[in-house]
Amino acid sequence: MTNLLAILFDGAIYASWLFLVAAGLTIIYGVMRVLNMAHGSFYAIGAYSAASLVGWYFSGQTGNPYWSYLLLLGSALVAGTLVGVAIERGLLRFLHGKDEILMVIVTYALLLILEDVTKLVWGVDPYFANQPYRLLGQTEVGAVLRFATYDLALIVVTVAIGLTAWFVLNRTNKGRLLRAVIHDREIAVAMGVNVDAMFTVTFAIGSVLGALAGALTAPAISVTPGIGVEVIVLAFAVVVVGGLGSIGGAAAGAVLVGLARSVAVHMAPEMELFVIYGVMFLVLAFRPQGLFGQTLVRRI
Amino acid sequence: MTFQDRFKSTESALVATAVLLAAGAFVMPAWLSFLLTLAFAKALVVLGVVIQMRAGLVSFGQALFFCIGGYGVGLGAQALGISDAFLLLALGTLAAVLLALICGFLLTRYREIFFAMLTLALSMILYGVLVKSSALGSTDGFNVAPPSFLGWEPEGETRKQAVYLLTVAIAAATAVGFHRYLESGLGRVMEAIRENEIRVDYLGLSPRWLLFANYVFAAAISALGGGLTAIASGHIDPDMAFWTTSGEFVFIAILGGTGHVAAPFIGAIVFSVIRTFAIQEAPHYWQMALGIVLLGLILFLPKGLWSLIARRKLQVAK
Amino acid sequence: MSTILETRGLTRTFGAVVAAKDLNVRIDHGEIVGVIGSNGAGKTTFINMVTGYLPPSGGDILFDGRSVLGLAPREITRRGMARSFQVAQLFPQLTVIENALIALVAAEGPRPSFLHPLDTPQRRAYAEQILEDFGVARYRDAIVSTVPQGARKLIDIAMALVSEPRMLLLDEPTSGVSVDEKHPLMDTVMEVVRKYGVTVLFVEHDMEIVARYVTRIMAFYSGEIIADGPPRSVLGDAKVQELVIGHHIDLELLGEAA
Repeated sequence: MTNLLAILFDGAIYASWLFLVAAGLTIIYGVMRVLNMAHGSFYAIGAYSAASLVGWYFSGQTGNPYWSYLLLLGSALVAGTLVGVAIERGLLRFLHGKDEILMVIVTYALLLILEDVTKLVWGVDPYFANQPYRLLGQTEVGAVLRFATYDLALIVVTVAIGLTAWFVLNRTNKGRLLRAVIHDREIAVAMGVNVDAMFTVTFAIGSVLGALAGALTAPAISVTPGIGVEVIVLAFAVVVVGGLGSIGGAAAGAVLVGLARSVAVHMAPEMELFVIYGVMFLVLAFRPQGLFGQTLVRRI
Repeated sequence: MTFQDRFKSTESALVATAVLLAAGAFVMPAWLSFLLTLAFAKALVVLGVVIQMRAGLVSFGQALFFCIGGYGVGLGAQALGISDAFLLLALGTLAAVLLALICGFLLTRYREIFFAMLTLALSMILYGVLVKSSALGSTDGFNVAPPSFLGWEPEGETRKQAVYLLTVAIAAATAVGFHRYLESGLGRVMEAIRENEIRVDYLGLSPRWLLFANYVFAAAISALGGGLTAIASGHIDPDMAFWTTSGEFVFIAILGGTGHVAAPFIGAIVFSVIRTFAIQEAPHYWQMALGIVLLGLILFLPKGLWSLIARRKLQVAK
Repeated sequence: MSTILETRGLTRTFGAVVAAKDLNVRIDHGEIVGVIGSNGAGKTTFINMVTGYLPPSGGDILFDGRSVLGLAPREITRRGMARSFQVAQLFPQLTVIENALIALVAAEGPRPSFLHPLDTPQRRAYAEQILEDFGVARYRDAIVSTVPQGARKLIDIAMALVSEPRMLLLDEPTSGVSVDEKHPLMDTVMEVVRKYGVTVLFVEHDMEIVARYVTRIMAFYSGEIIADGPPRSVLGDAKVQELVIGHHIDLELLGEAA
């Protein structure tokens, strides 16, 4: 019983982290048909900005420590927007409508560049900024299980982000426009939707989400070079399981992969990584378009 | 010049280059022959990426077979006590072919980014398994004992020369074989699949089974490249299967281009030379340089370095 | 005359839309059948089902008396039924001769010759002959994507004929071709088709062309065949004139063929 509860909680924590990481990736793909390999770099940049800013804040020893959470969010917002807009306006807009697979390679090149840019800006030594993580202490669940409150709060934040995304897409005019672009780009253009502007905004939102995932994770880890490279393949697994381009799919994929990993960690730790990609492979073997994806038939 | 003439002259050029390179073993410095050994081994893996690119598929997980080839050699030496280089390479290649027969069955249903992501996932599964296998040295991997060559057990510099010569011989044989493959009916139909799969189906062929065959060929040469790398460097670790290793192979494939069997070899040599110097001079800018070059290639030289050579040849022909 | 192609109760639905409804068609060896009908009448759906691209929702398809239901396009091609496409389906980045050579090697099937170089003198001679037959030999070494639309349609049909089929389905052979080119194109095609003795079914919008080349017309309307018979009787049918052609036509103007 305790074990089951532990698996569920660990699974939920991991799933919300996965969703955070994958949401931006799937939004960008859904609207722009760009499977963005550089998403891992956005995550890394978010983590570095947050860690260095929070580290600086606490080194001053002044002010209310709870302000640091605002710093986490703010750093992600600023860093994500700057990097996202710069990349979209500076490079991707010249490549709109190119082959999807070519865009994978283009964003892979971006990833390589951004990896070294992060090293250039933040160096190669690890950053620690775990004050926000420790500040919240631990919470007892049942009588025997203890979780870091920060991790549990992460679940709440993720659900809030997911609901906001759902609300914006389904209940606002801008969101409906976005869905129109996702559904049929040509018709959207014909109807006068400014697709160029929409792409830039989408890419910025996606990169902010990526940076946010990094910023919120930063207090729980040591921020070192290479974290982005590890994260990106996990995010891929999640969105592919859920169906590329679908927010709901990313949520379902995150829950499925999160639970599967949690089961593995508790029952057979050596299977941890294997399980994640195993789930991906199983889903695709039976549903190639992912859980929530749609198939396209070529007309002849 | 007719097709037949061109075909023969390419083969003679490949063989002549190989003979020159082999003769070079006795005059070139040790660091250069080591660099070339690793570059040729890498080129074999890249050739596996290239033949799939010609069929329209980008494998972001060719490191899977590179790693299988390497671990096949390593485990053959360590667990089975085999010391003969040829046997070890055959073992690694065979293991890769068997794995490819299973994976290919599933993968050939997918195209474009799905194929790319699934190949990536497969290589990451292997990575995940190896990292957690303490019997295989986990993240550190393990060392591969120096092999013998049909009973001959050279030492020191001679051994390095032997490995170099073996690599040149295998690379030359593979290059000639794959040049024939690329120009064969089967090889050209692969391009047709990239161009229009439905038409190929309506012409009476199964794109899926052809891609399957192509995938297995690619796996075999990539494993051969992995095996040679293991023998030459004397060490293997799970990073051989990590996705960035696959990314490097894709990079070299684009750098060289897919227009000719020699392109991956030229790409691999250029890549290895630049990396050797870049890692010494500016280790923190190396990836950035790669990324910028890759973007530049995509934007300005989409057919790779080979197109520069091909263009010059055309001008000479005029 | 014996039947080459027969469909029994062939039906296909897309959600609520019925694209083909209980089609019972029987085509004999040597016939040249024209299929007419407005857009969305189910003509291409019919060809797609018969050639294995689209699985029917119900019914059966018999080619040479044997069911081809559930077979892939490649298997149906191998049995002797080939098709061309509304939009030419070629290998756009390869040259015209390479397209023909690949069609040839594909027709030979997977056998040891598959591993020989594609470009052998024998294959090249044959491929050049085919291009000659279709009057597109002058584009031999051009990249397909740079070749004019009319020539592309001809190459598309040539590629289908390389497998030496006994039956050929042409999906709008003259669509996308300029008015002046339509007749020469059809003349070329029909000449080659007669040379090879192939049974032909072709979809066409231009009534004049249909009337000129066919021995029989099937008129499709909303997934059903509303008329089937000799050109004169089908084109003269009031229902066909109202629903398919959209106006009354003077049969005399269509010339002798009708």
